[in-house]
Amino acid sequence: MRSVSGPAKREKPQSGKEVKTDMAETDSGLEGMLEGYPDLVKKNRKKHLVVKNEPAECCPQIEANTRTVPGIISQRGCAYAGCKGVVVGPIKDMITITHGPVGCGYYSWGTRRNKARADETTPKDKIYSQLCFTTDMQEPDIVFGGEKKLAKMIDEVVAAFHPRAINICATCPVGLIGDDIGAVAKAAQERHGIQVLAFNCEGYKGVSQSAGHHIANNNIMEKVVGTGTERKPGKHVINILGEYNIGGDGWELERILEDIGYTVNSILTGDSSYENIKRLHLADLNLVQCHRSINYIAEMMETKYGMPWLKVNFIGIEATNESLRQMAKCFNNPDLEKKTEEVIARETARIMPIMEQYRKVCEGKTAFAFVGGSRSHHYQYLLRDLGMEVVVAGYEFAHRDDYEGRQVIPTIKSDADSKNIPELHLTADPEKFREAHEYLNMTKEQYEALKKEIPISYYEGMYPNMKNGELMIDDANHHEVEELVAKYHPDLIFSGVRDKYIAHKLGVASKQLHSYDYAGPYAGYGGAINFARDVAHALSTPAWKMIIPPWEKAKPEGSEPHA
Amino acid sequence: MLECLPEGTVEHTIGKINPVKTCQPIGAMYAALGIHGCLPHSHGSQGCCAYHRMHLTRHFRDPVMASSSSFTEGASVFGGAANLKTSIKNIFKIYNPEIIAVHTTCLSETIGDDIPNIIKQAEIPEGKRVIHINTPSYQGSHITGFAGMCKAMVSYLSQSDGTQKDQVNILPGFVNPGDMREIRRIVGELGVKMIMFPDTSGVVDTPLTSKYQMYPDGGATVAEIRDAGNSSLTLALGSFASNDAADLLQEKCGVTGIPLKLPIGLKATDDFIMALKDWFGVEVPKSLTLERGQVIDTLIDTHFHYQGKTVAVFGDPDHVIAMTEFLITMGMIPKYILTGTPGKAFEAEVNAMLEAAGITGSRVKAEGDLFELHQWIREEKVDLLIGTTYGKYIARKEDIPLVRFGFPILDRAVHPLMPVVGYRGCLRLIEQISNALLERRDRDALDEDYELIL
Repeated sequence: MRSVSGPAKREKPQSGKEVKTDMAETDSGLEGMLEGYPDLVKKNRKKHLVVKNEPAECCPQIEANTRTVPGIISQRGCAYAGCKGVVVGPIKDMITITHGPVGCGYYSWGTRRNKARADETTPKDKIYSQLCFTTDMQEPDIVFGGEKKLAKMIDEVVAAFHPRAINICATCPVGLIGDDIGAVAKAAQERHGIQVLAFNCEGYKGVSQSAGHHIANNNIMEKVVGTGTERKPGKHVINILGEYNIGGDGWELERILEDIGYTVNSILTGDSSYENIKRLHLADLNLVQCHRSINYIAEMMETKYGMPWLKVNFIGIEATNESLRQMAKCFNNPDLEKKTEEVIARETARIMPIMEQYRKVCEGKTAFAFVGGSRSHHYQYLLRDLGMEVVVAGYEFAHRDDYEGRQVIPTIKSDADSKNIPELHLTADPEKFREAHEYLNMTKEQYEALKKEIPISYYEGMYPNMKNGELMIDDANHHEVEELVAKYHPDLIFSGVRDKYIAHKLGVASKQLHSYDYAGPYAGYGGAINFARDVAHALSTPAWKMIIPPWEKAKPEGSEPHA
Repeated sequence: MLECLPEGTVEHTIGKINPVKTCQPIGAMYAALGIHGCLPHSHGSQGCCAYHRMHLTRHFRDPVMASSSSFTEGASVFGGAANLKTSIKNIFKIYNPEIIAVHTTCLSETIGDDIPNIIKQAEIPEGKRVIHINTPSYQGSHITGFAGMCKAMVSYLSQSDGTQKDQVNILPGFVNPGDMREIRRIVGELGVKMIMFPDTSGVVDTPLTSKYQMYPDGGATVAEIRDAGNSSLTLALGSFASNDAADLLQEKCGVTGIPLKLPIGLKATDDFIMALKDWFGVEVPKSLTLERGQVIDTLIDTHFHYQGKTVAVFGDPDHVIAMTEFLITMGMIPKYILTGTPGKAFEAEVNAMLEAAGITGSRVKAEGDLFELHQWIREEKVDLLIGTTYGKYIARKEDIPLVRFGFPILDRAVHPLMPVVGYRGCLRLIEQISNALLERRDRDALDEDYELIL
């Protein structure tokens, strides 16, 4: 499926050698869970399960990014949700118009917690994050086409709001009736002299949100990145890709990174601005937080501009320390390394006593984590900081590389669904391409040595971090979650809002890891404390001990009725 | 907050900015949850089902189960028949509901999938049912979808056995489970036997017992909905949500249907009780007379907290119509009355109430949006905003108190369990409205004007 490959891809020794196994069914005791399925479903679902087995040479192959079985109560959403909801919607100074019936725009309005605020590029009156724009297609639009309506809405929106740029996101019927939103965008762009981007992210494309991420990445890369001319002033300028500023995560990272001496050009796309995305290529290093949703831009920027990227994880204290140390090594600047250690020492000294208090509540507890593209991996570190273990982890819409590591990418076969997502075949930009070591202000030799030390332009996936006997499950569904709860008896389930209250009814504490139950930030050092407090509270809230009414409790021995 | 909003009036003739409606399928999904043992099924891309489940879950803070046909591009090109047949087979095998209630999406509607025909070809186990309603997202609103699924319950399930029973059908409208419980209590107090469908009480307001039930104890059973064809009367509460099903019951089974407002407010509750009293010849018990007297007592005692204040009220049409009537009863002035759902009947009904009350200068609109309402408010401010959570941006920007009312309420809890219908609902609304205005008075008072007793 992937044809663009970065020059700095790190080969893992086990690359290409894939151990096919039926272990999931035979060794894990999960047969019962699959028992209730019709044969075809059983055959399908067992390939999405992998139990970690240390003696195995590398991660067994897991099936991922394939079709959901119709009728199965999946946690997945659609391409529109991945494109508009995840990647495009949060760009604060662009107006995003959903072209379609009212629902899609309505449901993706204000529901993701990607916070935004004014900054040096974007004044308050250019932020549109709290508004919802939809063409609200009616039956005649479906019959006769909705292009005129879309064009007219763009005209009205430009006249009323004067945005810097506009996104158009397509919903299912748009593709079916053949509205050419690209042509509408092009004409509007010429009429108004501002950029108008068209995203053909119809909900039926691909098999999940993931298709929408890819569609969004392509368009932003092709049309926006590289058009800026002025580098954000700063010695070490970075972008944080795949950070959506849920609950203010991005701002906590910005605080830490700027304290160390970095300049954050753009948090993509949480709190990002059109202006900063245009000059993404003028930074020195791309950090990748959520691998799934944004690895395309990281990789394409590496191909086109030569800019290196580093997979980071700022969820967890040890994970944050490690990511900061790896970053510091990238810049060949002893002062940066020294300042990094100072900040790590100061921040850990500040938060560890607080973490210890919460650790007393959390220690020894187990959890499930079913979240989108990377969080089910990232949060394993933060939970270990609290003495907790994720025994079952899964992604809603990941690809094999998110589980097994990027070395499997060349071996992933494209299928009918992935073929429908256009690939950008980029080459090095003749003017703007620079070698990776030039970005990092070091010699080629130094860069080669650095690559051996830290995993530049590589992601190892979730598997290496899991412990023996723990389960990886792709696109877990309602039936399986219920069965797994009965089998593993977790103390806490991290998932989305649809699962949250099911977990509660089962008597298991639950936290939403998409929306953080409306709290946060959870990233970085300040976030670790928030998370620890919220998890400890979820586990210990007094009502858990009061579920059984006193009149239904067994009488203590020796107690006699008064009489 | 919202510094990007344009100054003065701007041209806004097309599309919606900050809509006050969503699409049909979510209404159909919610209605289907009110059938006992039912799994709602969304025939379209899985994103629709995901969005609808999330939205309902955020409002009710309880599990909302539904499945999807999970269309891919192939299904979109070749039709979704195979996906629906596979879904039905898998659902009965894995999730074992009594009944599947299929609704469509704009995707399957645009393709033109012939749902009844596909259902006929599907493997349906003995004794199980599959019903459906077409819910194209490009017509009407979520209320239309709710009304459609109620109608589907009648068309698929209700039967007349030729003998009329002394019982009433209640179509409660798109209201909370707390409201449905309260309606049940009131009808019970009157001693009238009742079939309520859909009934989401006991489905999306379930207790935590550590024993999860995919199909909770609540919901109208298939047998009850069947027996609705034998009732002597149907009360359709809220014309937008309930009239279609009531009309079909009358047509199909000969059950007389009486359209009423949602029983929100004193007058609408009186009408509801009188309709039952008149039809069944029952005495209204002292307990209800007492409750009504408490409402009158409270209205007289507290009128100076709110009388004469201007209100902007928005939301779903049946809710807004009933609320407007109650605001008039409270001596308040409904200044802006807006729903996102299309329907000129809304404007006619609200205007008639305003006229009867001698209120002039109000603006009334169906198929509006919050951008427009906000523009009105910026032209001339009101004292209070009543509506869904989406009103909070206007409330903050214009510094107007907001009383949360209707669907959805996403930023406050417990409300789905607390009724706004009936006389007890009147007391709750008076308390909320009164408190909102008094909190504001306290907040804004100078130190020397800050008083102990209000």
